[in-house]
Amino acid sequence: MATIRIPTPLRAYTDGASDIDVTGETVGEALSNLVDRHPDLRAHLFQDDELRSFVNIFIGDEDIRFMQGLDTEIDAEDSLRIIPSIAGGRR
Amino acid sequence: MKVNLRIALQREIFDQMEASYPNEGGGFLLGSVQDGTVTVQDIMQVENTFAEEEQYHRYAMRPQDWMRLEDEADERGLSLIGYYHSHPDSPAIPSEYDREHALPNFVYVITSVMMAKATDMRVWRLRPDRSAFEGGTISIT
Repeated sequence: MATIRIPTPLRAYTDGASDIDVTGETVGEALSNLVDRHPDLRAHLFQDDELRSFVNIFIGDEDIRFMQGLDTEIDAEDSLRIIPSIAGGRR
Repeated sequence: MKVNLRIALQREIFDQMEASYPNEGGGFLLGSVQDGTVTVQDIMQVENTFAEEEQYHRYAMRPQDWMRLEDEADERGLSLIGYYHSHPDSPAIPSEYDREHALPNFVYVITSVMMAKATDMRVWRLRPDRSAFEGGTISIT
């Protein structure tokens, strides 16, 4: 079963767990499985069913945006990681 | 929300923000949270990777920086508890851009830098429904 590592601020929505086992054959299916079980995560990861622009998903050291995005296939040994690109600006 | 910050760390943030002026600078806060009180134990400067011509009003970091610092916090028995950045020649109040790129349960420290001098520091946290930031109190010790 693949795992997803949750960024520290969002662990409040996974009962404090940092790594969650997920089912699915693609990154998108794995994320759906994650937010189905931890629904409070959804608003912070997705906007209109698309990943928020500052939310990155890595498989190992690879950003899925440079693979096949949410359609990227995964297997049971894969470790996924949700990485926010925190950004800011005065206006 | 109450945030405890040692005066030496505040000075370090101010020095970095003044050196970054007129561009924005930023980094992460490492520490702990207990009973709603956030204690900052260390800060980690992170390079502004936004396009150089936009850095006067934008700050961004590489995802790899988050990965590295989250792992380092775990190894040190700390948590990645927040993020700090500057608003050059603007108040220490979150912008709409800040809100769109923010996460809840995370401390946002904003320093106002006026004419190359850090003049104000305020702390904020995003509401869980993402609708707005709420201000907190900062205790400098």
